[in-house]
Amino acid sequence: MQNQLTRRTFLAGAGLTLGSMQVAVTGFPKELGAPPRPYGERSPFEQSARFLPKSSTPASSYSRTPLQDLFGIITPSALHYEVHHSGVPEIDPRRHEVMIHGLVERPLIFTMDDLHRLPSISNVHFLECAGNSGGEQIGRPAMNPQRSHGLLSCSEWTGVPLRTLLEQVEVKSSAKWIVAEGADAGRMARSIPLEKVLDDVLVAYGQNGEALRPEQGYPVRLIVPGWEGNTNIKWLRRVQVVDQPYMTAYETGHYTDLMPDGTARQFTFVMEAKSVITRPAGGQQLSGPGFYEISGLAWSGRGRITKTEVSTDSARSWQEAQLNEPIHSKALTRFRLPWWWNGKETSLQSRCTDETGYVQPTRDALVAVRGFNATDHYNGIKIWYVHADGKVSHE
Amino acid sequence: MNKAAFYIICAATVVATATLGQSEQYKLGRRATPEEIRELDISVAPDGSGLPKGSGTVSQGQHVYQALCANCHGDRGQGVLQYPALAGGQGTLKSSNPLLTVGSYWPYATTVWDHIHRKMPYARPGTLTPDETYALTAFVLYLNGILDKEAELNETTLPRVKMPNRNGFVPDPRPDIPFKAKSPRQP
Repeated sequence: MQNQLTRRTFLAGAGLTLGSMQVAVTGFPKELGAPPRPYGERSPFEQSARFLPKSSTPASSYSRTPLQDLFGIITPSALHYEVHHSGVPEIDPRRHEVMIHGLVERPLIFTMDDLHRLPSISNVHFLECAGNSGGEQIGRPAMNPQRSHGLLSCSEWTGVPLRTLLEQVEVKSSAKWIVAEGADAGRMARSIPLEKVLDDVLVAYGQNGEALRPEQGYPVRLIVPGWEGNTNIKWLRRVQVVDQPYMTAYETGHYTDLMPDGTARQFTFVMEAKSVITRPAGGQQLSGPGFYEISGLAWSGRGRITKTEVSTDSARSWQEAQLNEPIHSKALTRFRLPWWWNGKETSLQSRCTDETGYVQPTRDALVAVRGFNATDHYNGIKIWYVHADGKVSHE
Repeated sequence: MNKAAFYIICAATVVATATLGQSEQYKLGRRATPEEIRELDISVAPDGSGLPKGSGTVSQGQHVYQALCANCHGDRGQGVLQYPALAGGQGTLKSSNPLLTVGSYWPYATTVWDHIHRKMPYARPGTLTPDETYALTAFVLYLNGILDKEAELNETTLPRVKMPNRNGFVPDPRPDIPFKAKSPRQP
């Protein structure tokens, strides 16, 4: 504080001696600024927002994260993407409870206070809707990262491992799955194998240092790291320990992948390794030849990203990009590559590799196997085209 | 799910469950009473466990359907605007324009009952009685040619309904896309 005052005093003095023009350029005000606020808001100059598609069923809808506007790997909670199947319920945490029952020795009901008292962990994980970027698969590339890949966000989640709660109720040996259910109007329910639950599933009440946002499941939700968004049940109310998957509508009629031979893949839980360049990207304008930093995001539901390669010459050659540390497992990873644009037409694309050795496929390689009838779980390489006038577009 | 995948999950689960033994007990949470469990537990399994007692016929279902469902799903389940079709599409799954409905795609009749009971009518979910839900399920299955016009469903007969696409699902085979490190540029 002392330093700041001294600096101000110095600058004010400099302004007086160097003339009023200098003051106008540095632009510091002659009136007192605003007082502190109980809950902060961003600068009015910042207008980045979620994209809301038109929907005549407002409660069954989605919003997309403006990936091209974000820095680093954490998505501000207010910009986290949303998918709701029955709207956002308003839940009083003092009246909300989570019941664990089924194939257990002692069915228990936990209040939010109980959950807050249990040993907690915090982990950074991405969430991605199974349908994210599905339009790319069927040959409808979207115009910018928000429209193409914006059903994707990443937060630090805090909560209690579901494993800890299952230890309290003592699971019977016949248990093989759980059914998790939300307290939304449609009582969203999904079956999850017990093996995954005991590995890393979190009963989360914290998001980026504060309570979950209502649209992210306030007061408590499941985080199922690396698995399709729909399994991450929001507004968690009930966990039933069972001996079989319950075949709910969202694991049979939806989120299953119809293949060209007419069979459908079921329980395609993992979101496979994927990446997208967010700058320069579709919808942006390069101001002329010269230096640009290429920046983007890579992620994998199977673990850590180990490598991301970028091509600036329409896939003739690939260069390894730098990955920002720390690299979290099943989390967005920021990659960067310095680039001198020569002013000629080209295309930019990225492909990532995860710790299992899996390499992000091209769209052509993917559709050769999966065809066009199922667009969930698409993870093909995204291409941005740089035009001679500096315009960057999706085609 | 095929048997091999099923047994792999079972085996992994046994190992994982075994390690649950040495857990710390924090003595938090209160015991759920049977009444509390009954009130909240609406889950229905493919084998019919969880289904409440009740019954409904196709014609009763048609009555409820016209009053509560036809507005969004159409009077014959054909779907209206963004609201999905409930009937039709059998034989289209291999085509370039597949129509995924209860009749063409959904593998279990219990899922239809559960989804209607959980989530419908869309704007007023959770308001249907078990009998109305059995009746609506019967009518939707009738629209798909799975039940005949005189059919009645109850907690015993519903899980026995054989859905046309019952064997149409396979376990997740991924990773499934071959990667060639030096593949030429795709056109």
